[in-house]
Amino acid sequence: MTTNPSDNGYLAGSTLERVLRAGHFAVTGELGPPQSADREIIGKKAAMLMGYCDAVNITDNQTAIVRMSSIGAGALVVQEGLEPVIQMTCRDRNRLAIQSDLLGAYALGMRNLLCLSGDHQSFGNHPTSKNVFDIDSVQQIQMVADMRDEAIFQCGDKMKGQEPRFFIGAAAAPFADPLDFRPYRLGKKAKAGADFIQTQLIYDLEAFKVFMEKVRDLGVHEETYILAGVGPLKSPGMARYMKNNVPGILIPDEMITRMTQAGAPWKDIPKDELTKEDKKARSSAWKETGIQICIELIQELQEIEGVAGVHIMAIEWEAAVKPIVEGAGLYPRPVVSEQPA
Amino acid sequence: MIVAEQKSLDEIKSLIGTSDNILVVGCGTCVTVCFAGGSREAAILSSSLRMSSKLDGVSRNVADVTVQRQCEWEYLDAISDQISEVDIVLSLGCGIGVQAIAEHFPNTWVVPGLNTTFLGLPTEQGVWAERCAACGDCVLGLTGGICPIARCSKSLLNGPCGGSEDGHCEISPETDCAWQLIYDRLESMDKLEVLMDLQTPKNWQTSRDGGPRKIVREDLRLASEQE
Repeated sequence: MTTNPSDNGYLAGSTLERVLRAGHFAVTGELGPPQSADREIIGKKAAMLMGYCDAVNITDNQTAIVRMSSIGAGALVVQEGLEPVIQMTCRDRNRLAIQSDLLGAYALGMRNLLCLSGDHQSFGNHPTSKNVFDIDSVQQIQMVADMRDEAIFQCGDKMKGQEPRFFIGAAAAPFADPLDFRPYRLGKKAKAGADFIQTQLIYDLEAFKVFMEKVRDLGVHEETYILAGVGPLKSPGMARYMKNNVPGILIPDEMITRMTQAGAPWKDIPKDELTKEDKKARSSAWKETGIQICIELIQELQEIEGVAGVHIMAIEWEAAVKPIVEGAGLYPRPVVSEQPA
Repeated sequence: MIVAEQKSLDEIKSLIGTSDNILVVGCGTCVTVCFAGGSREAAILSSSLRMSSKLDGVSRNVADVTVQRQCEWEYLDAISDQISEVDIVLSLGCGIGVQAIAEHFPNTWVVPGLNTTFLGLPTEQGVWAERCAACGDCVLGLTGGICPIARCSKSLLNGPCGGSEDGHCEISPETDCAWQLIYDRLESMDKLEVLMDLQTPKNWQTSRDGGPRKIVREDLRLASEQE
């Protein structure tokens, strides 16, 4: 690791930044910290992702459920030799806490950051809590860009000493409402200083192509690296649930049908006669198809102009990342030199 | 207006405890308009308390009176004799009314009969909705007259989060997405360009975060002193 990335021509000098700058198709993954203080779980998950992703997102109390902190788990991931993308929401921290936590995260060796507004606490396991939302995700991006590029805190005070130099990411939800505003909202995040974008899960390629066309018209794909979000479906039930219940996720009916067909050999067995082995076999068949669909999606996403990589969200299914990355022909991951080309 | 709703009778009874002489004080302004604490509600609550005391086998005097505004000293002065005769005052004013009574009558025990809920308006008969968070630094000029501080669940200033779907907020199908409303209004008025500006972090000092707030109008103070 370089001692002062500001002198080497990179913004942060993270592997993710280097891979993208070199023009490679980037792969990021996701590592959800445990709802406990078990460091072993982090080690196990990291081992499954190591070598298959350029960096892995460490979620920040995702879905507003208390978990090991993103920075705490991120420090463990760094020790494992894997590169983290620290997720930071505006839900639980005000501008003081965000900045101070990020100084600590940088000092602990973290170099990538994803700025999020955060799931509302009413979804999680502490729905009676108070939220913060002192700043929003766009303002967070601008704040950390100023910390890096101007070495100032949000209040304008000059930093005395090393500034935290993060490769700054943001999220985009191409299919959430108001739909027409989404490319502009992405543009606002790029303008605020987002170096890379990770999108919500994409299953509907045609809809995503329409979105990307608008993004290209605005020139936003030249201002920021866009990583398309993908994730393997586990079962037709999961696909239907996401389609119907998660805002901004479109899943074509053919895809759900394909998942259903993967379980066809078991469809005529009455529910109460399905043995444990049957269920296991059916689940494997579904998962295999889910992984295959994911691979095909990645291959098609690579053909879309302005898509710089993929963000694989295999939540609580880290083992799926290896076959997906290998299947998509993205393994081994490139090794990029210390200096930009 | 200030919108409030009545606490449950059980909670009110537990707040009253064993007091024998009770004065229910209604308020003739905001809480009258939202049917939570006007003269009608004060009378109904008094008789509910009398009936429930009788059922509990307790003998209690419960009277009620309603003032025009509990939040102004002159209206409270008008009921000071009645207040001095009771053990406890059950205020059906908003939180301001309860505190005004406590402040104006230092020897009187006062308890709230309402939960003060928000600053809002009736959207239809029997439905009230929040409109203002009293943040002290109005942004409505940037958002087409629709407040993202009060009406977006995350008080976002730069547009909708990814949880906006079919016009409603991710937290509930009953909650409008404020940013969808803002977007639609700006679009209809051909002013969408307003949304492209980056809104910098808000100064929350003017809100509750700056500590309890106070306005001093020297022009008005001097005028009253000259009288």
